[in-house]
Parts: sequence; structure tokens; C-alpha cells
Amino acid sequence: MRNLFLVAVASLTLAACGSQPPAPEQGGAKVEDRSPVKVDAQPVTTVSPSKTDEYGLAMLKDPKSILSKRSVFFDFDQYVIKDEFKALVEAHAKFLVANGKIKMLVQGNADERGSREYNLALGQKRAEALKKTLILLGGKEGQIEAVSLGEEKPRCTEHGEACWAQNRRDDMLYSGEF
Amino acid sequence: MMKRVFRHSLAAALLCASAIAHAQLSIEITGAGANRQPIAVADFAGEHIVAKALTSVLRADLERSGLFRLIEGVAEPMADSAAVSYPEWKNRGADALVAGSVAPDPGKVDGRYETRFRLHDVQRQAVLGGQTYASNAAQLRAAAHRAADYVYEKLIGEPGIFSTRIAYVVKSTGRYELQIADADGMNAQTALASREPIISPTWSPDGTRLAYVSFEAKKPIVYVHSLATGRRHVAANFKGSNSAPAWSPDGKRLAVVLSKDGGSQLFLVNADGSGVTRLASSTGIDTEPQFSGDGQFIYFTSDRGGKPQIYRIPAEGGEAQRITFEGSYNVTPRLSPNAKSMAYITLNNGRYQLALMDLATRQSQILTDSAKDESPSFSPNGRMIIYATEVGGRGVLAAVSSDGRVKQKLSVQAADVREPAWGPFLK
Repeated sequence: MRNLFLVAVASLTLAACGSQPPAPEQGGAKVEDRSPVKVDAQPVTTVSPSKTDEYGLAMLKDPKSILSKRSVFFDFDQYVIKDEFKALVEAHAKFLVANGKIKMLVQGNADERGSREYNLALGQKRAEALKKTLILLGGKEGQIEAVSLGEEKPRCTEHGEACWAQNRRDDMLYSGEF
Repeated sequence: MMKRVFRHSLAAALLCASAIAHAQLSIEITGAGANRQPIAVADFAGEHIVAKALTSVLRADLERSGLFRLIEGVAEPMADSAAVSYPEWKNRGADALVAGSVAPDPGKVDGRYETRFRLHDVQRQAVLGGQTYASNAAQLRAAAHRAADYVYEKLIGEPGIFSTRIAYVVKSTGRYELQIADADGMNAQTALASREPIISPTWSPDGTRLAYVSFEAKKPIVYVHSLATGRRHVAANFKGSNSAPAWSPDGKRLAVVLSKDGGSQLFLVNADGSGVTRLASSTGIDTEPQFSGDGQFIYFTSDRGGKPQIYRIPAEGGEAQRITFEGSYNVTPRLSPNAKSMAYITLNNGRYQLALMDLATRQSQILTDSAKDESPSFSPNGRMIIYATEVGGRGVLAAVSSDGRVKQKLSVQAADVREPAWGPFLK
């Protein structure tokens, strides 16, 4: 049951993140048989509704709750959490404290300019800055993982500062969403 | 526990090993060497039985190198054993001549061919040498590449790279494929397909494995993938991000960038994922490690001085030495096979461009006029550097010779190509 719920959350998360819909997998016919396993490439699409909401995830998705906001944005070449995101970060820290068993994945991102691996490291710096702030506000070290997606998952794909500003960000994901 | 199982089954559904790729990598020659050697490649006698599959590939290889000028209109087939009228070929402008023969296997094995050819020095009126290859129909292209390697090495004096392969990532809508193609862009195969990004592929020194970073588990994890079997294993999956794998010259270890202890820092790990040890410590970002070919140094990018610059440390650890000083952004150091020069990306008047530094003199030269160059990788003979760039808003690959003269563009229809890695010589 739990894993079906996770599928639901995962697909919701994908939609919420604005990811492009996956292209159909190519047919199996032309696969050269070097693979030890033949895989049915059909992804799971049908979902049963979950009957449990052990972490109050509904609140995390309720547009009326500040917790539904999951992104913190950064200035160019900066890793400082700006004052305008203070209330948001405090709300999430409070949620982490109240739900000691829930885990959070902080995904740091960078804009597209320059080296992919260096941008991965920049995103990591941003993710760790947010993690550090959440821990200062009561979140537990073991509760939060800071990772980076570098420039690989841009929210906006135009080339220009308006777009890049949206891509210099941290996203907060909770258990079941990653 | 359930979650873990589920995550793995989803990942498996996203992957299919070694599928024939749909889109071919097409190569366009955009610049050639200053003094191209004029060479004639006659059609091989008997080659009609394989639809001229050999000489067409051989000629294209030599042409693409940018170091040869093919003499046109050499249509009459010429056997390897044919007597050569050198004055006649001299008149036609050729300095060198290739003649050959293709015949069914002398042992009469069905579907197998024997290819023989000779390379002539027209100026000196002498045979420079020749080769004989046995192959089946599927191996004819490979035989032609080997012939091109032979001709190239005899005439240029360094090994050819026509039998090598390149790895790269093709991104189409919502889909990433790690592909491997022959150096001429043909025979592209998909080693890994995923809905999540794949970056930083790098060849093991023996060419049997690729290490890369995949985001299929919503975070960067380093994998090692055996090409012959399609099997792969996790080489680094610690808390935080795992990225930028680089093989040690003996193929036993990887330098990787891990954030498990905070920050992006350099570590060494055995290729099977065991025995992780820290390589260097800084308060800033350390990333993009690469071993020098002699295994002495590890070059890397670091912002320890405020801005990203290139440094090196002894491979066994020790004091870091800064290599780049000019400009505010120098990243992605990639050493030439002879360790005498270093390709890297520099920010130059708002443009990210491929540059080459002579490590003895520390003099640098910018090799391109594009603006979004990334991820350089040397051919194993050190002659060419392949890199990713952008043309008309699309990701393409380009290659440039280390003297900046020979230029090629490699693209795939209706998709972005990126993250090239040139494979080693075939053993």
C-alpha cells in the first residue's frame, strides 16, 4: 500500500516540479541482448489512493499553507538565505521539529553558465546553506540530506537573467517525494 | 524498506542496456590543416562484392582528419599487387597511394572476407607497407578504420584514432541517453537511457568501462558500467552529492567529488566502491579532478582562492599548486595524453571558451570562437580535443585540433548532445 502511495506522491511531485513528461521508452525489439535482464519498459501509471497520511503531507501540498512553498532563491554566485525567505525556512524547520521522523531532501540548483560539475558544486553549497539554517532552527542532522542537481534540472530554460534567477534555487522535498 | 525496493524497480524500468540508438551523430568538417598531404585511394579490386564499404570509410576517415587531401576521380579499381606507375600518380598530384583487394575468405568460410592493401610513397616510388585483414560483413567498417589508422600512422608519424570510440549524452524531451559511437559517429549504441540527467562519463583506461554520474535516484550518484555486459555498480553513493569521477591510470581507482563531510571535496575510491579516502581538504569547492597520464598529479578546479581556478596536487596527496592565474573563471582541466599540455574552459570577455595551456611555459591559447564551450576531452593521440558547445540554441559536440586548425561539428537531429568523452586506443 505504502509503495503505491509513493507512486502517487512521486508523480505529483514530478508534475509540481514542472518536469517535462517522459517520452515513451523505445520498443524492446532493437535492443542488442547484452543486458542480463529484459525489462518491461512500461512505467507504472495507475495509482490507488492512500488511506494514510502519517506525516500530514496534505498540509505540505495545501496551497493555503506556507509549507506548500518549497523553494528558496539565491543571488548570482551567492549562497546566503535572503531575509525574504526567513518565514518560509522557519515554517519548514518547525515542521521538521514537529515531525521528527520525516526526512527532507534539499536539492540545490545552479544556472546554466559554465561547467556542469562546477555548477553541481555550487548547487551543493546552496543546499548545504539551507540545511545549516534548518538545523540552526531545530531540524536534526540525520533528518536532512543536502544534495545538488547542478544545472541539470532548470525550472526555466530560456537564456537570460530572469530565467537564471529561477534556476538558482533550493527545493525542499519531504519523505515520499524523493 | 518498501521504498527502497520501489525506487530500484522504477530505476530498472527506466534503463535499457545497449540498444541501437535511433539518431546518428553526423560529422561536418568545418576546418582543415594548412598543409594537407595529397593522397589517392583507388577503389579496391573486387570491392563491389561489399558495395565499396571499405574505401568509402577509409577515404572519409582520412578526409575528416583534416591532414589529407583526397585526389578526386580515382575510380578504376586497383589491386594491392598491381604494378604502380609512379610518374602517372605524381602527375595526378598524389604524394601517396593506397591500392587494395577484397576477396571472399580464402578458406571459403561463408560471409567472411579478406582485405589486403598496400600504401605507396609516390615521391620516393616505394611501397611503405601493407596489411591483410580477415573480417565478416559486420566488421568491414572496423577493418577500414584499421586501414586508415595504418595509413595515418605511416604518413603522419603518430597513431591514428579512427578505431576509437566516443561516449556522449543525448538529451531529447524528458529523456537522457548515454551513447557510444565509433569516432566517425557511426554505430551509435545506447548504454543507458534514463528520465533523469546523466553527466560526466569517463572511460576506464582499458576502454571496457565507463564511470558516470546519474541522477536517477534524485541525487547525483557515481556508477561504473561495464560495456560488454551492460552490468553496472555504484562506485560512490554517500550522503549528499557524488560526482566528477576520474580514473587512475591503472584503472583501479577513481578520484571522485563527495559532499559527505560537507562541501564538495576530493576523495579516492576503489573502482568497486570500496576503500574511500580523502585526497585533499579545503574550505571551498574542489571538483573536476583528473589524473595526469603519468599518474603523478591530480589536476582539479577549486574556488579556494575566491574564484574558480585550476590547481594540482601530487596524486598521493600533498600541497596544492595553482596552475591558472589569468581571468576570473578557469575550469575543467583535461591533460593531453603526453601530459605536456592542458585543455580547459576559460571565461573570456563573457564567453566560455576552450583554451590550451603549454604546461612547460604556462602559455595559453584560445582554440575556439564559440561562447558556451564545456567538457573538453582529448583524443588518445593528443591531436584532437572534443568538447560540447552550443550552435543556434542546440547542444552540439565539436572537435578541434590542438593547433586550432582542424575543426569538426558533431550533431544529432532534433536533440542536444553534450558531455563527450573520447575513448582510449583499442588494445
